[in-house]
Amino acid sequence: MSGDADAVVAAVRAVADRIESERSHLTDLDSAIGDADHGGNMARGWAEAADAVADLDDPDAQTAVKTAGKTVLSEVGGAAGPLYGGSLVFASPELEGGITPETAVAFAETYLEKVKDRGDANVGDQTMVDALTPAVHTFKKSIETDDLPPLEALAKAVAAAEIGVQFTVPIRASKGRASYLGWRSVGHQDPGATSTLYIMEELLETAADQFDSEVPDVDATSPTIPDAEAAEN
Amino acid sequence: MIVGMKKLINDSDDVVDEMLDGMTAAYPDMRRLPDTQVLVRDDAPVDGKVGVVSGGGSGHEPTHGGYIGDGMLDGAAAGDVFSSPTADEFEELIAATDSGEGVLAVIKNYEGDVMNFETAIEMVEMEGTDVATVVVNDDVAVEDSLYTSGRRGVCGTILVHKAAGAKAAEGEDLDEVQRVAQKVVDNVGTMGMALTSCITPEKGEATFDLPEDEIELGIGIHGEPGTERTDVMSADEITEELTESVLDDLDLDEGQEVVTIVNGMGGTPLMELFVVNRKLQELIGDHGLETWDAWVGDYMTSLDMEGASITVCAVDDELKELLGAPADTPGLTVQ
Repeated sequence: MSGDADAVVAAVRAVADRIESERSHLTDLDSAIGDADHGGNMARGWAEAADAVADLDDPDAQTAVKTAGKTVLSEVGGAAGPLYGGSLVFASPELEGGITPETAVAFAETYLEKVKDRGDANVGDQTMVDALTPAVHTFKKSIETDDLPPLEALAKAVAAAEIGVQFTVPIRASKGRASYLGWRSVGHQDPGATSTLYIMEELLETAADQFDSEVPDVDATSPTIPDAEAAEN
Repeated sequence: MIVGMKKLINDSDDVVDEMLDGMTAAYPDMRRLPDTQVLVRDDAPVDGKVGVVSGGGSGHEPTHGGYIGDGMLDGAAAGDVFSSPTADEFEELIAATDSGEGVLAVIKNYEGDVMNFETAIEMVEMEGTDVATVVVNDDVAVEDSLYTSGRRGVCGTILVHKAAGAKAAEGEDLDEVQRVAQKVVDNVGTMGMALTSCITPEKGEATFDLPEDEIELGIGIHGEPGTERTDVMSADEITEELTESVLDDLDLDEGQEVVTIVNGMGGTPLMELFVVNRKLQELIGDHGLETWDAWVGDYMTSLDMEGASITVCAVDDELKELLGAPADTPGLTVQ
């Protein structure tokens, strides 16, 4: 197994463990605005995914990611399966040449694009896109423009995702089940954005392990969240 | 209100699995794809014919699998109760019903159904399968403008299955089959109401509280509350409320021919559905419309919910021919 694939296997297990430990928190967030199944479905699906990638015989990174995605797709179900899992499957070809800063950026961008397409959502809709967009944009800028080391770029992306999660609280949902609440959705933290942040945090931890270094301290001043129009450009 | 769990269910986790096996045991013309919750015609894929498939959560029987057969569906994926089937099940469904002529996927407008079907379609298209879709959104109770996920797909879906299935049976191509399916979608409206909530196997209790002396108007088919709660009304008053909402939305010209459906939600006796149909036909006449065909029965249910929905679809010569064409399925037979 390649070192890259090892990292993917470790990352999926870390995500599964994290989601399991946050299960009731995610369910609480979801019961306020949805049907209270986000924690349970995600925990079950990611645990299956961790087992599935661990069982692969000498995979490459692309295959490992694709397998994780397919498992999440079929085991999480609902809308989350296609969003979290389907997008992994469709973005996995970006890792054909292994995981480098460049392929990681391409992967992140395709993943974001797939989530937005499938969910027909944009920044400001009170969804996982609100966490993912600033994270991906920040990651890309840190790698391509600022020429930061990958670990630092990822740390900045996580900090950006955190701001994105906070951004979902005071806005009105216009996608997902929460949208049926209309104005009553204002004031609720989006469970999808929250679980997206957990996933990003575990990617960072796993990457730090791979580089055998500490998670770097970064200031969370990066992104440009606010409006959907700007995010489109 | 506490409702006791007195049900013909062994274990709520097994209910869909056991139902599907019971269906294939009852209907030898369909089979279940191994290790899935997908039912298809026994002879699928049918040579030279466009496949027509559907699917969604269970609990709406005879929707969806009950419409598998000559003149309607080639297959259907069953999700868990009130949950979308997963994308891999839709993938298997499409693969098993594609004869090479392509497949029309009839999707009801719920986020889970749409996203899982679309994901499956993106995957099978990479393998070269031709798939067209139609999204049914006939529920006039939900305003498009307020609810950004849009109107829900409910009982009008049966007419979409019927028209598309008939067109496919004629040997027409995928574009044509999709065109007539969309034509139904563009001309149909439905509104439902509940006298009681339904009881999902998992919860074992009513999914929403409804006092003895109140009813819910504008309900969906997943046990979700409706758009308005009112005091109990007579059958005629309820029928009028539902019918006027649908006709308001459709805005049909005088003399227009229509198909009507009085659909039971699962727990309402046929006797009451006919009482509703009597008033419905009177109202259709009052509006200067002409009923070409009137269907009454349990077509798309919500487990054991008591209540009914009314569907009206404007029909032209083409739709009359397709809706009147032969169909031989457990849920609907036209001779």
